Amino acid sequence: MSSLRWTISDTLTLTKRDLLHWRYEPSRIAWTLAFPVMSILLFGYVFGSAIVVPGGEDYREYLMPGLFVMAAAFGITETLFGIAMDTERGITNRLRAMPMSRVAILGGGCVAAMINAVVNFVVMIAMGLVVGWSWHDGIVNALLAVLLLLLLRFSVLWIGIWTGLQIRSIETAGNVSGLLFPFTMISSIFVSPSQMPGWLQTIAEWNPLSSTVGAARELFGNGGPASDSWVAQHAIEMAIVWPLVLTAIFAPLAVRKYQAMSK
Amino acid sequence: MTDGRPAIVAAGLRKRFGEKVALDGLDLEVPAGTVLGLLGPNGAGKTTAVSILTTLLRADGGRAEVAGLDVAAHAPEVRARIGLTGQTDAIDEILSGRQNLELFGRLHHLSPRESKRRAAELLEQFGLTEAGDRQAKGYSGGMKRRLDLAVSFITAPQVLFLDEPTTGQDPRNRMEVWSVVRELVAGGTTVLLTTHYLDEADQLADKISVVDRGRVIAEGTPDALKRRLGASQVDLVLRDDDGVTAAAGILARVSDAEPVVDRSRRSVSAPVHDRVASLTEVLQAVQAAGVAVEDVALRQPTLDDVFLQLTGSRADGGEADPTPDDAEEVAA
Ligand SMILES: Nc1ncnc2c1ncn2[C@@H]1O[C@H](COP(=O)(O)OP(=O)(O)OP(=O)(O)O)[C@@H](O)[C@H]1O
Ligand SMILES: [Mg+2]
Repeated sequence: MSSLRWTISDTLTLTKRDLLHWRYEPSRIAWTLAFPVMSILLFGYVFGSAIVVPGGEDYREYLMPGLFVMAAAFGITETLFGIAMDTERGITNRLRAMPMSRVAILGGGCVAAMINAVVNFVVMIAMGLVVGWSWHDGIVNALLAVLLLLLLRFSVLWIGIWTGLQIRSIETAGNVSGLLFPFTMISSIFVSPSQMPGWLQTIAEWNPLSSTVGAARELFGNGGPASDSWVAQHAIEMAIVWPLVLTAIFAPLAVRKYQAMSK
Repeated sequence: MTDGRPAIVAAGLRKRFGEKVALDGLDLEVPAGTVLGLLGPNGAGKTTAVSILTTLLRADGGRAEVAGLDVAAHAPEVRARIGLTGQTDAIDEILSGRQNLELFGRLHHLSPRESKRRAAELLEQFGLTEAGDRQAKGYSGGMKRRLDLAVSFITAPQVLFLDEPTTGQDPRNRMEVWSVVRELVAGGTTVLLTTHYLDEADQLADKISVVDRGRVIAEGTPDALKRRLGASQVDLVLRDDDGVTAAAGILARVSDAEPVVDRSRRSVSAPVHDRVASLTEVLQAVQAAGVAVEDVALRQPTLDDVFLQLTGSRADGGEADPTPDDAEEVAA
């Protein structure tokens, strides 16, 4: 068999491994979903009534695209823990000492993570429909929004692989995941940056997550641009550019880091 | 491996991590079908050596060959011929034993059918058939270790690397692992095994290399290493610290070797050549010096004695200097 076919075959074998994990431990999926679901309840119902949305729309309608992005960002924890666990247990080294495809060792996790992301979005969209959220600009735009969300998830995946290879321990993986919080807060996920003080507004608007949030709101028809700043006005373009740039930076870094394991 | 070439060769292997020198010209040669025990204190460089030989790490200098292939130039071919069981149980604990074996079988490029068949075979061979379909995280330490070994044996490798295969195992599990390893060796596999347990090396190894600070400081058969220490070993247990110091001085005079001092147990031991004559000489000297002795013993040397003798002076805080004399070959 050619080496490309082995790469594909080994990648699928390792993808299957991750899928088996979910079958044995559905709690792992439940956990990645827990946060967005709790956020729907907490922000949509508890704080929701107190938050004023710029265009005057319903807050839950406004919130859902933010929570989709939040889920994409929090997907990084799965990657961090997966890599930390395999490194700590010596599974990564075992794989590296086997005659299998090198690419597949990272590739298996990628495919599984993207499958996980699709399942996640489907569940969240269903949740959104239950609480009264919907898309208003046609199914094509809605699907485009989902594609942009998956593109963001893909770039987050590479950031996760690079970080995971950097930290390599389960304990640190937990700590690093905690840093995600401020990162999601200083964005347009929950409130419009236009309500923040000037300098914070700039940071929040240039947060890559905000671009995807803005693009999703626009494509789903859940609210207009966050402000008239350039980056908010070009949310869809930036929702393509940001993930591509991040992937272009972090994928090579991750591969380099992985190769450096033999240094 | 019928051409009589060694299955493992390391020649002048060097590796440093930043400032820290992990391997400082390590030499090994393991004939095909034999077991080499790599002994050495924590941080001696055992895992580093195994990592280089199993293609996980690149050496900074020197040459390493496994199954007749240079590990740097032919890493993929080497990987197809080796098995590795590292210091941790590298198994997927969420999956069952059978799923682990099938997973790694597939990654070894066995067909789905073949990997299923091999998994069943290995579960049987390693006494895991009954637990085969349960999640591995519910396994006992011994069962996990056996599963780990089974995985490294999926393709019946020519050369098997075992890094501390029984660390943290209870005596019964250790003996189980030993018998599994013996079976594999009987089938013609070459084994390189690192361990802190000298009885383990004594049990399994045809030859032992003692490693300290990245180089081999002694090698030979277990018996030759023990013989090197002399006919017998004198142990003294003293009543107080001053006694320990005094006794160490006396033993140093009677023995050819530096006595091994264990202050926490207030014991001193050293090898001697004439059993009873030496013991009498020691006891007379001790009595003359007025040292209070709690216990005394004359016994066969163990590999622990060899180990402490060769690497022990550092434990006392002194700078051991493994001179070339020290590193002489003990057995042919
Ligand atoms: N990745 C690394 N980065 C930095 N230093 C390292 C690394 N790996 C090993 N070392 C250092 O190299 C030396 C040799 O380590 P090694 O793990 O090979 O020892 P060992 O003989 O296997 O010890 P042990 O019996 O504790 O397993 C040690 O001082 C260790 O701290
Ligand atoms: Mg080690």
